[in-house]
Amino acid sequence: MSYLQIHNGQALPFSQIPCLQFSEFRALTVEAITAGQRVCSFFAMPNPAADETGFAHLLVAVLASNADRHLSVLTSMVGPSFQSLTPDCPQFHMFEREIAEQWGIMPIGHPWLRPVRFHKPWNDAPEVWPAESAQLFHIGGGEAHEVAVGPVHAGVIEPGHFRFQCHGEVVFHLEISLGYQHRGIERELTGGPFKKSPYQIEALAGDTTIGHYLAWCRNLEALQKIPVPPRAEAIRAIALELERLANHTGDLGALGGDVGYLPTSSYCGRIRGDFLNMTALICGSRLGRGLLCPGGVRFDLDSPERIEKLQKALVKAAADTQTAIQLLWDSPSVMSRFENTGRVTREAAIELGLVGPAARACGIDNDTRRDFPCGHPLPEYFPDRPTHESMTGDVAARALVRWHELKKSLQFLLELVPALPTGPSKSLLPADKTPDSQPDALVVSLVEGWRGEICHTAITNAKGRLARYKVVDPSFHNWIGLGMALRHQEISDFPLCNKSFSLSYCGFDL
Amino acid sequence: MLKILAARYQQGFRTIGYPDRPAVLPDRLRGLPVILAGKCPDACTLCAQVCPTGAILPGQSLRLDLGRCLFCGACTEVCPTGAISFSNDARLAAGKRADLVIGSDGPKLAGGFDCQMFGRSIQFRQVSAGGCNGCEVDINVLTTVVFDLSRFGIKIVASPRHSDGLLVTGPVTRNMKSATIDTCAAVPTPRLVVAVGACAISGGMFRDQPEQNNGVTDLLPVDLFIPGCPPHPITILDGLLRLIGRVK
Repeated sequence: MSYLQIHNGQALPFSQIPCLQFSEFRALTVEAITAGQRVCSFFAMPNPAADETGFAHLLVAVLASNADRHLSVLTSMVGPSFQSLTPDCPQFHMFEREIAEQWGIMPIGHPWLRPVRFHKPWNDAPEVWPAESAQLFHIGGGEAHEVAVGPVHAGVIEPGHFRFQCHGEVVFHLEISLGYQHRGIERELTGGPFKKSPYQIEALAGDTTIGHYLAWCRNLEALQKIPVPPRAEAIRAIALELERLANHTGDLGALGGDVGYLPTSSYCGRIRGDFLNMTALICGSRLGRGLLCPGGVRFDLDSPERIEKLQKALVKAAADTQTAIQLLWDSPSVMSRFENTGRVTREAAIELGLVGPAARACGIDNDTRRDFPCGHPLPEYFPDRPTHESMTGDVAARALVRWHELKKSLQFLLELVPALPTGPSKSLLPADKTPDSQPDALVVSLVEGWRGEICHTAITNAKGRLARYKVVDPSFHNWIGLGMALRHQEISDFPLCNKSFSLSYCGFDL
Repeated sequence: MLKILAARYQQGFRTIGYPDRPAVLPDRLRGLPVILAGKCPDACTLCAQVCPTGAILPGQSLRLDLGRCLFCGACTEVCPTGAISFSNDARLAAGKRADLVIGSDGPKLAGGFDCQMFGRSIQFRQVSAGGCNGCEVDINVLTTVVFDLSRFGIKIVASPRHSDGLLVTGPVTRNMKSATIDTCAAVPTPRLVVAVGACAISGGMFRDQPEQNNGVTDLLPVDLFIPGCPPHPITILDGLLRLIGRVK
């Protein structure tokens, strides 16, 4: 028995997935991670066979190897505790804290067990946290001090608490404590989908509306066997790249702002809006609310005028980004602040399972769009591979990766928009009722959002309703990367490092 | 230096003319709903059935609560007679919660504020209390050269101590409740509270879920309600300009 290979966005009967004894599950998982795989998702759910087996919960692990294009899943049954995987595979640390918080299951031997989102367990189990003093890191000594920031910050930004452990001016470690944005979305989805569920998925992280809702649509399409026409897939690809373009542009501008370089900051703030307005040209909403639907898209690029308008806006934005953003690399004062600031080593990034541009900036060439393709077929040159100089793991590398991605996304859209496939923009479903979902099934959808890999796992019960819907935002993997980046830096470099990761608070808090 | 000047020349002048000239909005924008209750077939509740947030109120005549509406357009897709549709008008802000409920007679927009005490300048502190970063980014964009909020004397500042009021977004999660109240208390009186977005006004799509508070309205006295999910930046700008009397 071993991990079962699955495919991105394809449903399979839950009974096909092997369920191992925990000791065997643990050994196989550690072996796979040591061999270079990484964890996409790891979560617990009530065990449907709890009465017969005596184990109250099921653990489900989804692993991926981008190099081998291998996606796999395995389950195990557990009681009130299990032996933590984190000491052997650090990338499980947050997943195990989450399992402990949601179900009161103790990961024995977890080195840093503390709440993730500060809510009561879903099943009314007793809480498993150690004493509060054992939850936070502390630093001692004459010059040692701690600086606490948040939850309410100085900018227009979501809330989070940051605690810097410092020795003089040097940061030893940054401890990040979130949960302020927790709205309880995942728990609310159990038993669904409900009327309000699609809107909550769109608001999982408002800046990643398309990324998250695309994963949701693909899961429903797999479970309900809804085909998606090629034209709809192309419009979805456009929307996903517009979202990436808007956020990459905005963040590169903000990085300029964080080092006091105002030309790029002020131009990019505006160009970001131009990309959002292109999404609004397609669907009326700047963030792409309501653009997608299971089976396709709700808004077609229906007229030649609309397509021409979009193409013209893209050409203009390509020229504007080129002059605005290239200035960063032409300014020695900017480069001296970006280079060698907030460095994360490749080894640390692999061990912690970082994803997206933050991982690519450490030389980890993972991209869901290429490695687990789904939807519109992509050309050979797209997506971009990190270049040698964009692998230094510092702020400069994270900026360079995003600048290269931005240029490639623009090239891709400039070729795709005038050559859209013809045909319908959504599959025609019977209007009177939504189709039934496949009962007792599992489907995993991976989408490369602008921050990195978005992983949604849906598991249905015997009635075809959602027994569990697990969302992993890229920020869930990457916040610890920011903590690592801050080590041996100054506190004053925090805004710059933070923006170079640009992570989501509500995507993490759910 | 020459490269910066060349870039400056290429980027050009980008500030919009609003409010002196009408805003240019996307043709598919779902703005102010237009309600023609006379067109409703007898005993038809199709729109209320599909509405995800209960924004279409029960009763004799069709009425819609902008404070709950997500502007998703699901109601217009099922309406057999076109009794409900979304116009391109982005002006939505109201001064009273009750004014957000609209029927066939259209909206009652905000106006008549007495903000003389703040002189010609208002400083806001923004608090995201469970906001999804949708409303937040559309507030942030007001500070770019396109909207250039500071030309009206309105600024978003870093500390509540320096501000005249709060811009609250999000349904006010359980974990942000006390921080929201504390931040408001840190604002010197007299102070303003502006609720931005469906979540802050009514809880939006999270309404009645246990981890949140159905918005900020029962926690703080709200002076201005800006509906939308998220509101278009013009909607927010228009609301703030009504507050200072720049738009009437």
